[in-house]
Amino acid sequence: MLRATLSGMRQRKLRLVLSGLAVVLGVMFVAGSLVLTDTLGRSFDRVFAEAYEHTDVLVQGVPNVAVHESEGEQVPAKIPADSVDTVAAVPGVAEATGVVEADGARVIGSDGQVVGSVGPPRFGANWTGEDELVELREGRGPRAPDEIAVNASLADAAGVAVGDRVGVLTLEPRRDFTLVGIFGFSGGRDTIGGVQYVMFTDETAQRLMLGEPDVWTGVDVQVADGHPPAQVRDELVAVLGDDYQVRTGEQLAQEQAGEFREALGFFGNILLGFAAVALFVGVFLILNTFSIVVAQRLRELALVRAIGASRRQILGSVLTEALVIGLVASALGLAAGIGVAALLAWLAASYQSLPLAGVGVPASAVIAAFAVGTVVTAVAALLPAWRASRVPPVAAMQQAATPDGPLTRLSITGGLVLAAGAALLFLGVADDTLWMVLVGVLGSLVGVALLTPLVARPVVSLLGRLFAWSVPGKLGRLNSGRNPRRTAITAAALMVGVALISGVGVVLDSAKASISDLARDTIGAELVISGEQTGPRPPTFDPAVLDAAGDLPDVVAAAGIYREIAMVDDRRVFLTAANDLASLREVFGLETVDGNLDTLGPRQVVVHDTGAERRDLSVGDRVQVQLPHGQARAYEVVGIYRATPLFAGFILPADAVADFGIPQPVMGFVALADGADVPPVRDEVATMLVDSPEVSVSDQGAFLEQQTSQLDFVLTLIRVLLALAILIAVLGVINTLMLSVIERTRELGLLRAVGLGRGATMRMVTVESMVISLFGALQGVAVGAALGAAVVWALRDDGINQLVLPWADMGVYVALAGLVGVAAAVLPAVRAARTDVLQAIAYE
Amino acid sequence: MATRDDGEVAARAIDVWKAYGEGEARVVALRGVDLALRRAAFTAIMGPSGSGKSTLMHCLAGLDKVTRGEVWIGHTRVSDLGETGLTRLRRDQVGFVFQQFNLLPTLTAQENILLPLSIAGRKPDPDWYDTVIDAVGLRDRLTHRPSQLSGGQQQRVACARALVSRPEVVFADEPTGNLDSRSGREVLGFLRESVRSFGQTVVMVTHDPVAASYADRVVFLADGQVVDELADPTAEAVLEAMKRLDGATLAGAGTSAGEAVA
Repeated sequence: MLRATLSGMRQRKLRLVLSGLAVVLGVMFVAGSLVLTDTLGRSFDRVFAEAYEHTDVLVQGVPNVAVHESEGEQVPAKIPADSVDTVAAVPGVAEATGVVEADGARVIGSDGQVVGSVGPPRFGANWTGEDELVELREGRGPRAPDEIAVNASLADAAGVAVGDRVGVLTLEPRRDFTLVGIFGFSGGRDTIGGVQYVMFTDETAQRLMLGEPDVWTGVDVQVADGHPPAQVRDELVAVLGDDYQVRTGEQLAQEQAGEFREALGFFGNILLGFAAVALFVGVFLILNTFSIVVAQRLRELALVRAIGASRRQILGSVLTEALVIGLVASALGLAAGIGVAALLAWLAASYQSLPLAGVGVPASAVIAAFAVGTVVTAVAALLPAWRASRVPPVAAMQQAATPDGPLTRLSITGGLVLAAGAALLFLGVADDTLWMVLVGVLGSLVGVALLTPLVARPVVSLLGRLFAWSVPGKLGRLNSGRNPRRTAITAAALMVGVALISGVGVVLDSAKASISDLARDTIGAELVISGEQTGPRPPTFDPAVLDAAGDLPDVVAAAGIYREIAMVDDRRVFLTAANDLASLREVFGLETVDGNLDTLGPRQVVVHDTGAERRDLSVGDRVQVQLPHGQARAYEVVGIYRATPLFAGFILPADAVADFGIPQPVMGFVALADGADVPPVRDEVATMLVDSPEVSVSDQGAFLEQQTSQLDFVLTLIRVLLALAILIAVLGVINTLMLSVIERTRELGLLRAVGLGRGATMRMVTVESMVISLFGALQGVAVGAALGAAVVWALRDDGINQLVLPWADMGVYVALAGLVGVAAAVLPAVRAARTDVLQAIAYE
Repeated sequence: MATRDDGEVAARAIDVWKAYGEGEARVVALRGVDLALRRAAFTAIMGPSGSGKSTLMHCLAGLDKVTRGEVWIGHTRVSDLGETGLTRLRRDQVGFVFQQFNLLPTLTAQENILLPLSIAGRKPDPDWYDTVIDAVGLRDRLTHRPSQLSGGQQQRVACARALVSRPEVVFADEPTGNLDSRSGREVLGFLRESVRSFGQTVVMVTHDPVAASYADRVVFLADGQVVDELADPTAEAVLEAMKRLDGATLAGAGTSAGEAVA
């Protein structure tokens, strides 16, 4: 039986290739994401290992607010200068050096722009001389308060050379320094993992990066010979107590790399999500291929049954075929995944100037690739295999193929699955439960797919009329309506991808429109000062600009907001500080629910209604606020406002900013007097911002664009990733058509015999292909719109109060589907046109 | 219709040779066949299996290329035509009735009948169409699909399709091979009727003497050559001729088994 199965497979190579390709692509995604995260993870391991290679032990303060790698850079705790002496006195410590190292030293390049970062921090630090890690390339270390040295990659990116005057933004507004030295790192490296370093003298570093003299962020310890770092660490812990964290270089490398791996894991999970979509679509393709093949081999199967094969053997035979395809496709997918991962890792590494560790294949990737590939193929083949085993031996003697059974049961099942999926989706969105949303979407899609055969006949017939003006068109239309199940499954595969893309589009466009409208209606400021965030740190500007702008004759109010992560009653939150609460209230149209929003004195706080509810706060209550610096302090709740999609959270008074990690405004709003001319004021504010190149002043429109540009980016990304699912669906169309053409060889021969030309034959196949593709796309757009609308409806209380259907995009999807139909038809059409009339009509 | 019955030749084969394969595997199916098919006549081509009768028909109909020699249909030299020309020839000047798989399952009987005309983008002549439909007796079956028709009915639809475009020649390849004898008689009667009443030229390949007896003339093929012919045959006469032929073939086996060498 096995031999018969394998020899049968050899004769149907094309079919195997096409159905296998879907699995290859899905497995490629799975293996690729695992290999990529592994490779990048090991690369980061190495970066951190090298960064701390020459650090024996590092003493740091315990940060007030822990910040995760994915949220931004940790604001280091400040420790008093005399802690260096304490550390130096501990036995085993050969040398203790006070160090400053904090994110936020932004160099203004020769083009006047701040040198950006795509992730790594931009450290401002104190120059402690050359050592095993740091080596000067040119010039010397800074000795005077207005001298700096930078690492080679930063000098290169900024386009500056030794001797230049270079502007740097720190905790303080722009200051200019003389670049006196350029350094690199051991092994000829220009940077460690893309990190930028600006080196100041000790005092300057303390003042500019920490905001006060005589504090460090850490004490770098060199251990004396014969003292293992771990032992010295333990001694230091005993002496310093709980206020300090003491770690060996090895520990630091591991911990920081661990955080990176976590962030990478999240990224990897997103990729795996798309792999799941690809495989889900692949299941349709495999299911369809096997179903068609079983139908075509009906008499053959019946014959085998008639000569004594058992049902189990038939089932086994079909499943063996699936298993072989699954195994081969898994192996190919794994290889392709490794290739893609290597390419992506290389791209990511060169983007982040990350030295790449060699591409490795973790065992998990191999196991996942084979498990996913074979299981998916086998599961998809289960139903056709079962159907094959049900073929009665007597079918060998019958002429006609058994027609498709009635669709009643299938449709009822589909309806139920759809209802259950939709219900789960609603509950999930309302409840914010991700798995319910995902299962809900999946269920809805499966339900629709099961219902597809029911709608296939009328819709396909209607669509076909578009093409029925010519004979080939008419024949193509009739062909596409011949096997509603086959057409339906093929179209359903396309439907899934298009539905997901359209659905995401509906949600994002609705969100964008809702936010934009709300902002237009509520933001009471003509001018907005803001910038685009690229790295871990938001763009900021000189707070003096707010005062200066407020003094302009036409300006009514100039409000700035400061952002920070802090602990409020031991819970981490993003909070805001405002220089002028009343203006902020006006700008964002905040409604007072309780208390007042007029002024905010020291140690006073206002909070949004839902936050107050969650924490059971009312006016007069006190909360403990721990900011990145300083002690935890009690704040009195003096007002509660209604949250809007544009603004929510705790608002602290301006004096709290002193304890912020980033004590500079991230956004400013300027309201003008009625009838004031906007452009002159904008120009004046722009002049004031000349030393704050991270931000610009613009009117509301540009600001909104900035705010929603991230949504556009997300949409583009999702489109790119889901394009793979659509590619697999296209393979499905090709496959179905190819099998149909083979199945209809005799008909094609007849048509050719009665005078259908080659061109017309190709047009006939193309029309069938276009009808299937358009059917899938239309269904996808409809389902996507419905899913999107459902999500938008469920989010109506969260500020997405508008339903926007991206008609243009959806039209483009349908039009693309038409093109895809044409492309998918090429191979089958050529094959159909090559049909040899004589062979086709020859009797067996 | 009498004007077409002027003794003119509707199709002609002149010294037609047909060989398949190369070298050792070379098989010669036709060896210098000369045949003229009179217009408005019903010709049957007979011969034992492997005699080349189907090959001859395929070559005459432009379905297959000849190795040497000429094939004419009407005033068209078929052996000169390229792909497009052949398609046009099949569409406009030739009608086919095959043994099976004659109809497209997706089309109704009427649509199947009109298919060659639709492909050519021509309108049917309504009088002629009515005449054909009535002749095959399918008026009440026109909206049915092939799966709803009996084998005989399907074959009559195929005949109607072959006739409706008024081709120069209708080629029928074992048209009754898959039918019971009653349905077979109907189809043969109809083909003969189309010759008598409408002056249609019909060429039929068959191995059934009864079927051949419906023809005006029977041409016998053996080993790729025309070896005999009968005019106005009866089934018995055809059977006799076949028997003679078989005997001759057996007797001549020693010389003609060299097919593969030539």
